[in-house]
Amino acid sequence: MGRIGAFKKVDRVEAPERDPRERVGDFREFVGTLPLTDLREQAARCMECGVPFCHNGCPLGNLIPDWNDLVYRDRWREAIDQLHRTNNFPEFTGRLCPAPCEAACVLEINEGNAVSIKQVELSIINRAWEEGWVVPQPAAAQTGRSVGVVGAGPAGLACAQQLARAGERVVVYERDEAAGGLVRFGVPEFKIEKRIVERRVQQLVAEGVEFRFGVDVQSLGELQAEHDAVVLATGARVPRDLPVPGRELAGVHFAMEYLYDRARALEFGAEGGISAAGKHVVVIGGGDTGADCVGHAHREGAASVTQIELLGEPPARRPDDLTPWPRWPIKLRTSYALKEGGERDFALSTTHLSGEDGRVTQIHWQRNTGAPPFDLVPGTEESHPADLVLLAMGFLGPEQALVDQAGDGVFVTGDARRGQSLIVWAIDEGRRTAAEVRAYLDESTFVSVADRVPGEYTPAP
Amino acid sequence: MKKQGLYDPSFEHDACGVAFVARLDGHRSHETVDRALRALENLEHRGAAGADADTGDGAGILVQLPDAFLRASVPFELPPAGRYGVGFCFLPSEPGRREELERALEDTVRAEGQTVLGWRDVPVRRNEAGAQARVFAPVMRQVFVGTDLEDQLAFERKLYVIRRLAERAGVVLPSFSSRTIVYKGMLSAPQLGRYFPDLDDERLESALALVHSRFSTNTFPSWELAHPYRFIAHNGEINTLRGNVNWIRARESQLASGLFGDDLRKVLPVIQAGGSDTAMFDNVLELLVLSGRTLPHALMMMVPEAYSGRPDVTDELRGFYRFHECLTEAWDGPAAIAFTDGSVIGAMLDRNGLRPGRWLETTDGWVVCASETGVLDVPASQVLRKGRLQPGKLFLVDLDQGRIVPDGEAKQAVAAQQPYGEWFEREHVRLADLPPVEPRELQQPLRSLQLAFGYTQEDMKVMLLPLAANAEEAVGSMGNDTPLAVLSERRPLLYSYFKQLFAQVTNPPIDPIREAVVMSKQSLVGSERNLLAETPEHARQLVIDNPILRDDELEKLRRVDSDVFRSHTIDFTWPVAEGADGLAPALERICAEADRALADGANILILSDRATGPDRVPMPSLLATAAIHHHLVRAGTRLQAGLVVESGEPRSVQSVAVLIGYGAAAVNPYLMLATIDALVAGGLLELEAAEAQQRALGAIGKGLLKTISKMGISTLSSYCGAQVFEAVGLSADLVEQHFTGTPSRIGGIGLRDLAEGALFRHGRAYPATHDDLLPVVGLYAWRRGGEHHQWNPETIALLQHAVRGGGRPTYEQFAELVNADSARRSTLRGLLRFRERTPIPLEDVEPASEIVKRFSTGAMSLGSLSREAHETLAQAMNRIGGRSNTGEGGEDPERFADDRRSKIKQVASGRFGVNIGYLVNADELQIKMAQGAKPGEGGQLPGHKVDPYIASIRFTTPGVGLISPPPHHDIYSIEDLKQLIYDLRCANPTARVSVKLVAEVGVGTIAAGVAKCNADHILISGHDGGTGASPVSSILHAGVPWEIGLAETQQTLVLNDLRSRVWVQTDGQLKTGRDVVIAAMLGADEMGFATAPLIATGCVMMRACHLNTCPVGVATQDPELRKRFQGKPEHVIEYFFHVAEDVREIMASLGVARFEDLVGRVDLLEPDSALRHWQERGVDLTHLLRAPDVPAGTPLRRTEAQASPLADALDWQLIDALGNGKRRFDVRNVNRAIGGLLSQHVTKRGLKVDEHFELHGSAGQSFGAWLAPGLQLTLVGDANDYAGKGLSGGTIAVRPPDDAAYRAEENVIVGNTVLYGATSGRAFFRGLAGERFAVRNSGASAVVEGVGDHGCEYMTGGRVIVLGPTGRNFAAGMSGGIAYVVDLDPARVNTALVGLEPLEQADEETVLALLREHVERTGSTVAARLLEDWTPDRFTKVIPHDYKAVLDLPLSTGGIGLVTRESEEAVA
Repeated sequence: MGRIGAFKKVDRVEAPERDPRERVGDFREFVGTLPLTDLREQAARCMECGVPFCHNGCPLGNLIPDWNDLVYRDRWREAIDQLHRTNNFPEFTGRLCPAPCEAACVLEINEGNAVSIKQVELSIINRAWEEGWVVPQPAAAQTGRSVGVVGAGPAGLACAQQLARAGERVVVYERDEAAGGLVRFGVPEFKIEKRIVERRVQQLVAEGVEFRFGVDVQSLGELQAEHDAVVLATGARVPRDLPVPGRELAGVHFAMEYLYDRARALEFGAEGGISAAGKHVVVIGGGDTGADCVGHAHREGAASVTQIELLGEPPARRPDDLTPWPRWPIKLRTSYALKEGGERDFALSTTHLSGEDGRVTQIHWQRNTGAPPFDLVPGTEESHPADLVLLAMGFLGPEQALVDQAGDGVFVTGDARRGQSLIVWAIDEGRRTAAEVRAYLDESTFVSVADRVPGEYTPAP
Repeated sequence: MKKQGLYDPSFEHDACGVAFVARLDGHRSHETVDRALRALENLEHRGAAGADADTGDGAGILVQLPDAFLRASVPFELPPAGRYGVGFCFLPSEPGRREELERALEDTVRAEGQTVLGWRDVPVRRNEAGAQARVFAPVMRQVFVGTDLEDQLAFERKLYVIRRLAERAGVVLPSFSSRTIVYKGMLSAPQLGRYFPDLDDERLESALALVHSRFSTNTFPSWELAHPYRFIAHNGEINTLRGNVNWIRARESQLASGLFGDDLRKVLPVIQAGGSDTAMFDNVLELLVLSGRTLPHALMMMVPEAYSGRPDVTDELRGFYRFHECLTEAWDGPAAIAFTDGSVIGAMLDRNGLRPGRWLETTDGWVVCASETGVLDVPASQVLRKGRLQPGKLFLVDLDQGRIVPDGEAKQAVAAQQPYGEWFEREHVRLADLPPVEPRELQQPLRSLQLAFGYTQEDMKVMLLPLAANAEEAVGSMGNDTPLAVLSERRPLLYSYFKQLFAQVTNPPIDPIREAVVMSKQSLVGSERNLLAETPEHARQLVIDNPILRDDELEKLRRVDSDVFRSHTIDFTWPVAEGADGLAPALERICAEADRALADGANILILSDRATGPDRVPMPSLLATAAIHHHLVRAGTRLQAGLVVESGEPRSVQSVAVLIGYGAAAVNPYLMLATIDALVAGGLLELEAAEAQQRALGAIGKGLLKTISKMGISTLSSYCGAQVFEAVGLSADLVEQHFTGTPSRIGGIGLRDLAEGALFRHGRAYPATHDDLLPVVGLYAWRRGGEHHQWNPETIALLQHAVRGGGRPTYEQFAELVNADSARRSTLRGLLRFRERTPIPLEDVEPASEIVKRFSTGAMSLGSLSREAHETLAQAMNRIGGRSNTGEGGEDPERFADDRRSKIKQVASGRFGVNIGYLVNADELQIKMAQGAKPGEGGQLPGHKVDPYIASIRFTTPGVGLISPPPHHDIYSIEDLKQLIYDLRCANPTARVSVKLVAEVGVGTIAAGVAKCNADHILISGHDGGTGASPVSSILHAGVPWEIGLAETQQTLVLNDLRSRVWVQTDGQLKTGRDVVIAAMLGADEMGFATAPLIATGCVMMRACHLNTCPVGVATQDPELRKRFQGKPEHVIEYFFHVAEDVREIMASLGVARFEDLVGRVDLLEPDSALRHWQERGVDLTHLLRAPDVPAGTPLRRTEAQASPLADALDWQLIDALGNGKRRFDVRNVNRAIGGLLSQHVTKRGLKVDEHFELHGSAGQSFGAWLAPGLQLTLVGDANDYAGKGLSGGTIAVRPPDDAAYRAEENVIVGNTVLYGATSGRAFFRGLAGERFAVRNSGASAVVEGVGDHGCEYMTGGRVIVLGPTGRNFAAGMSGGIAYVVDLDPARVNTALVGLEPLEQADEETVLALLREHVERTGSTVAARLLEDWTPDRFTKVIPHDYKAVLDLPLSTGGIGLVTRESEEAVA
């Protein structure tokens, strides 16, 4: 249980980051991890609570106290076993998850003191890859059944891996040219290098998962004919639009159009069409996707970057009346991207866009009250130069046409089921769905019954 | 009264006062009878009366058969004395039935070749008995039987045979002998003589008389349960009874006696069903004696003293005990047994000496022995000597020899009858001496076996690692909020369905660490032989020192092959292919195999699941063991072999304890050992594998001793097969067949479910998957998707948010989640629902502000909680009119008068902080008999938690660890509790007195006894509550849910019509309004909450309270962490109001306007038929919901107050005499707690006094209790137990009268447990004291001239000077204070915590000053001689190491010098 009382003596240390001025010069990852000795000290702060709120705060139910303790005790090999027990892709989550576990850590009752769970997680999986502990785990025997998974995002991949390891034949259909979904194309290289993603995909391939890229599934008939069950893990990719005058101007893009374009350009050298280089960039939407746009624009050498948010500025510290511990606190967070430069503002409603020659040049906004129904404050109209406007205002849901075809033997999972959410939720969904699929396919074997008995983390064999 | 609902008469307990009077010269006179009856009347306060105050619980007298009187009273001719016997019959009043029984008896007499001489109607004065007793009074007739047998003993045997046969026909025969006769009945002590005119008759003469006054825990009419029985009267309890009864039954088939010949078959079964523990003991004793052993011999077999490691026990005697251990296990428990066969009379104590007994011999040839001194007035000038009964010792008066036979001589005579020691040495074999063999290897991969036996990750981390690393069982805190095994979804192992029983009130638990001298875990395996004979071959047993076997030891047993020992291994796995249906035939097969093996001469049966593998699944090892055990008991062959279990399943203290409790003599947990090896190999344990195994086995051994001592059992051989468990959640069929005799009250799963569980686990292991991780279950700490915990992240967060702004809607979410979870999968109350009723408007329901007054917070001490948390709870409860509880740690006097005071002041076994000031400032005094987290165990506060503030409140030394004993050393029995309640009433007559019990089977009868003890309030705690730190086996496996305990209590109290006199409270994981309403309906007036209000203040269930690292400042003394505490009284208040509003809404929906009208309304509840899973598992709540069968209008809640027992207290005279000169009073043993009320009087009024009273005579128990500063009591005479209890600054002195004929320093002047919990003041005793002198003394100074066993036990402060001999185990658990002992025998000292040193200058000054005062106050000649010839070298200073270290610290560095705060005040 860590070192008794260590939390009183050892302070929380954040993950080391490369200097913002330096890192904007390249696309390599900029977040590192502490040296292992320091990291073990951080892990020692974990008290292995009788009621581990972190473990509840984690959508995956990661066995955080258990592997914190193992890291503290320098038992990395067992730590990765425990980590993999609930999480197929810790190298994704260790980089990309906003860490609701840390918000729920008991030490976070005194804000800012949570155990550095995310760093510990990342270090465990990094070490595991380095040591060669991450190897394919093909099923001992095949069931002779077959499952089609549509979508190679984290939910689809997790589901496919669980099923393959259980001996099901799995075919993953993906309309893009590589696996990973948003992790591959929507998240910039400097947050997760694509070789990391591909390395994991190769594990799945070695475990027998067959990938069919460039297949845009529109109807299920064929798939149902080929497979005993079908899983739809197509994400929630319909973006929220900005219905204002000028929306139709060139240079106004959804954030994902921009990020996908850039990712393809970087990884596959594709000729992209949307570049921020030398432009005045305005990102509408104050969330993580918006931040990624900001960060990318810096690296492309934008003339200026501005990020605006409809909502008012949140409080600087956890508002205990609204989102008390252990809830995820709605509070002011300064993204990595803004540390690299750029401006941000809150409570701004975009009133219209204007441009020249069909290209956007100006954005016009007005202050609002900061909360629904966002009444405009008279006399606060302003204009701002904008050559590239990126809409990062969230998603409305899945592309409904396919999802609506779900029926007997067809399962919907991940963002496609629950709406846009965190990668940890996606992996959890994929895992649960794999268990559901197996239960559906075979109710009678002992193993599948064991899978479904609550109280047991029997990773789906 | 028959079994009804949850009430079961087999759990009745009794305890009592006992006495005998004898003439050494054997002269028969009526005066003996008179004196005995007078002694009995003076013991009346030890007896009790029920709802009908006139009806006593029972009283009786045994005398020699009064030949002259009988001869004159019957119209027919009697043969010479000795040639006729008298049967005293209790007959039904219905004439037809009576005649039938009489005829049956006469026929039996004739059939056995004897003559019926005639009948005599025993005259009785019916009106002298109480009203209730009269209703059930039997017709009493004596039958006279003549014989032609020359040998009176042969005649006695014949009478015994006749009686046993007649008893089987239904005749009740309290005595039937040619030597003795018993008069007894459901009477109080004073009624006995009046009820039987015979006893008044001057012609009724005897040279000895044994009397008894009974205190029963209930009031159901029973005339025959009064004592004495045929041979004994008993004060105490047999804890191992169920095992003893089973073993006797198992021995019956082998019994043979030349003296009885074929008659022996007629007396079987030896033990008459339905008797009390005393009756059963008497049954066995009688058989042993009539078949040829002497009374002392039989008693030494049945109640052996602790002999191991004692140089004072002779070789012959040691040989006797070792030999007889091969014949029978001990009948273990606190017991004072007075016995007689008509020519010898005597008494003995159990090995622990947990009952009192005092005796004196007069110059004119009388001997008086009684539970108390002073029962008869004997002028000091006529007293030749005085003594006390001592642990394990015989006090024997031989009328034929005309003298008291000393213990040593009496035992030596028995021990020398045969060369027992030689026999034993020659015949027994020690396991350790068998030639070494190679252990067997695992036949299957470790991980597969672990999965097949249901190992989890927590088994490794929480159970096995600490066991092997620290040689200790793991400690947890904050109770158990997981479901009962039967409600769990995770198919718990069979062990989890068994709840350990524990001692509370009617018998004391033992401290297995500090009192290790009485403990033994030796185990014997082999064939037992005829109990009624003795031959060298009886000692052919294999002796095992530690019953948890290593693999090589098991292999030795398996391979043993000699003419004496032969083992046979029975495989208790069954083929997987047979599925769940295979279990039942497999059980039959193993039982049949056991039969065959025994027939073939095997005497060691090894039950093994080593064959577990892909095709074979193991049955639960406990099932296999218990099935074979009971099968063989039934077959009468059980004693031909010992059972040894070789299983992969056991891996905890609980699992091994249950196996032994159901008959295993030894257990080889091979998979646990292999797992430990793997932990070592994996680097998780930095130990050699052998060392790690040894530590783990040692830790389980230690845990076993703790488990058995919880029940007051001290030897593992007595625990073996004793079944001191309650089954919760097993079907009646299963229990009846394989766990015969185990209480099981809510039904549950059967064989099929067990088989499915085994197959489920097996299915995990085979076929193997490439995943080789063990499951995570989250039993000890919550895990998502794991075992359900009522307190989980969601419920905790919602409760905290509800009181921090979320308000009622958030509380409702919380309640909904709690109730829904509860209903689905957690608690018994979750299975209930309210019946549909016509609702009333919410406004008509009594306001929440009234309901919250029924709430209190749990007993959590300052010390376990931070000051901030403790005070927050108190402030909250005071503001809403509820009650908070000090817990066991005293209270800062600054809080007595402000809003931080706790209305409930707890009095626990450690008595920390309990002095007169604390007591007078209470609204309620709560005697903690047990706590939910660890019933039957004491506690420890490590030194680092005892900061100066905590120490000042507990009257102890900062930095020095504190130990709370498992028992209250002034409560070994129900009448002791009555005495403590009396003492507390003296200290505070206006406070209500509460007794806290933990739910277990039989708690209802204990509660009835508590009500009869004059308590006002009874708290029934659930097993699951409890916030304290405790070994995990106690948290999970002791006690039962409050729903069962409360319902049993309510039913029993109502059946006894005692409910009207007491409030009943319950606690244990109560959270919502629904919980409260159900508790009320099951019988609670009030409810306690501990965890929920703590969570309201910020507790997050870290469950690390014992580590002092609570990150939210709730359960820590760390000043830094305490700053983090953010709780406010408002949080707690808001929570309770939410609960109360919730209650109101339910009340409105039920149409009940007043809360009191809910109490006991079990008719408003019904099982929730919408919930299926538990019904499918056979759970049956009928008994829980049973409304007691009583006349309409019998109160279901408290309607009247208890009568005050203080009206005739002597202290009123002392109070009147304050300041007006009268200084001298005569006292006797009925004057109890002298000085208590007086101290209350002066403390409450803040009087500064300087008063000195001189008292003459024998003072009753608790002389000088709580004596306040400025009060001095000098007693000329002697005193009973508990003198100086809680001494609070006053001074007491006890001296013999000047004209005493005996030497003071050689005679006992004061009883047991003197100065218990004394906090300051001085005490001087010119003479010897009993056991446990100055136990838990934390500040008083005392001089005494000799002490019994366990002197200065658990002492934390003060000075004790002993001028004479000390008993064994001196200074056990002593962590503070200093003792100075003259001519100390170092072998008598328990040196675990203390060192022995010479006196230094400062010591000399202390000793000299106290000795001078001793001479001045008592006239001690011993002290005077020492002063005259001052040789400090004769003294040894006994000082605890820690205490010395702290004392040696200079004041400037935080040392505290020599005195605690209070003793300083007292000196000033």
